[in-house]
Amino acid sequence: MTRFAPPRWTLIAMLAALTLIAAVASLLFGAVDLSVARLIAAATGGDDEVATIILFDLRLPRTLLALVVGAMLGLAGAGLQGYLRNPLAEPSVLGTSNAAALGAVGAIYFGIAELHPAMLPVLAIGGALLSLALLFALSGRSESPLTLILAGIAVGTLAVAGTSLALNMSPNPFAAMEIMTWLLGSLENRSFQHFWIALPCIVIGSALLLWNARALDALTLGEDAAQAMGVNLRATRLRLLIGTAIGVGGAVAVSGSIGFIGLIVPHLIRPLTDRSPSAILLPSAIGGAALLTLADLGVRIIPTTNELKLGVVTAFLGVPVFLIHLMREKRLW
Amino acid sequence: MLILEHVGVQLGRRSVVQGVDAAFAPGTLTGIVGPNGAGKSTLARAMLALVPATGRISIDGDAVAAMPRGDLARRIAYLPQGQTLHWPLTVERLVGLGRLPHLAPMSKISDADGAAIERAMLRADVQGLRTRIATELSGGERARVLFARALAVEAPGLIADEPLASLDPGHQIDVMELMRAEADAGALVIAVLHDLTMAARYCDRLLLIDDGRIVADGTPHEVLTPDLLRTVYGIEARVESGGDWPTVTTFGRARP
Repeated sequence: MTRFAPPRWTLIAMLAALTLIAAVASLLFGAVDLSVARLIAAATGGDDEVATIILFDLRLPRTLLALVVGAMLGLAGAGLQGYLRNPLAEPSVLGTSNAAALGAVGAIYFGIAELHPAMLPVLAIGGALLSLALLFALSGRSESPLTLILAGIAVGTLAVAGTSLALNMSPNPFAAMEIMTWLLGSLENRSFQHFWIALPCIVIGSALLLWNARALDALTLGEDAAQAMGVNLRATRLRLLIGTAIGVGGAVAVSGSIGFIGLIVPHLIRPLTDRSPSAILLPSAIGGAALLTLADLGVRIIPTTNELKLGVVTAFLGVPVFLIHLMREKRLW
Repeated sequence: MLILEHVGVQLGRRSVVQGVDAAFAPGTLTGIVGPNGAGKSTLARAMLALVPATGRISIDGDAVAAMPRGDLARRIAYLPQGQTLHWPLTVERLVGLGRLPHLAPMSKISDADGAAIERAMLRADVQGLRTRIATELSGGERARVLFARALAVEAPGLIADEPLASLDPGHQIDVMELMRAEADAGALVIAVLHDLTMAARYCDRLLLIDDGRIVADGTPHEVLTPDLLRTVYGIEARVESGGDWPTVTTFGRARP
């Protein structure tokens, strides 16, 4: 069997175009639809005050966050799948996103989140970093992917248990509701402040993960062969862990838990590439940005009485993707 | 020149390799033979600094343990045992992985790399498979493709761990002849082998390993004797040493 995949830069250009369309749509549509003319007027400093507020205070930070958070989740998923050589890996496999969520839940539970809007994301990032230290302590010097997965499960389970404890012990139903709402994941009512907190984490995280590209390709042939081709496995793992913890930690800190983007985007992208782990990284980042932006647009335009949460939409998106894979695996088509 | 001085490897509490002294010269094909679990693969891995070893292993005077991985990768190509392949890459892309040790950070595959990939595919006779997906190939085809990947490194040294496993007799001869040609062109080639007649026919020298130690080291005629085969493998074998290389015919387990 041979196969056809578009040239790499064609794929990247197509994904970038899709992302741009998603971003513009995300600026245009919502509770109040803006026309392109009003959007341009607001962006160029026109005197349409309502449009200016909607654009700069609501839609622009929300869109930018959807782009960077989606990119981070897509990239982290692709990087982890490559490193662990397991197509079912996703950012939460290391437990860092659960730990970030626990940090945020702690901020809500103890009322720290009310002191300053930045407290919740900062504590969430703190949770992610703490989980990273724990991961290092548990997985030690071993270079096997299995120890890393086991350590990740241990850390993640501990964080989930802590979150459940907070829900269990919450002083009143409102606090529990607030925690639940946050856990469902959303980009509603986010400001530029959130964007500026998340951005440096995501930039550092992405850079570290992209740096691993060649090591991931070499790992296709197993750990011994990769080392014999000049790959420093320990440095590769260090970049993966720190990149995922900081990047995904920063993303979860501002968006809450958004699952499945990191899992499904690499699956959607892989058939369009030569299947090598490095070829999937950048396209998965762009694809993740597009998918999360579109999902967030869906949240706003699907009419529901309670606002639909982003994490719920992405979870529903995950199901058909896996059904398709399942059917392919069973050779139903 | 690859030199091993008093090399030992400890895996867990077990001493897998002990007190190995050997030197390997460019232009020779050395076969490492010995029973399962004798420490052949571990010894090969120690030469590439893939397992921590005591003693000293050096290439042209530089200790491999202290050498940056990239340097070592450009000096010795390694073909591991087991045909591991985690993603469904095309054959051409897979062979191209052999160029990784030569790529500068952030650079792309150059024309020179492309030429090396073509040479490797030509020599391993896999150009016809270039657009095929490597995970969908037969065991024999896959073995040749992975061999081409190691050739694409174009390193002065090659260590191959059981490169003949899962190959039919014809392709076994092809791979042995490729390694012979590499050695004749000046490369230092070491192969872990199980087929003694194949080893005898193509190798300049054999290292017979048992229980982590070198039991015999010399030409195939010197190493493949019925007595040594009985002690090391526990087999009764007839060795015909009249021709250019000895041929080994096994009869059965040696009676104690």
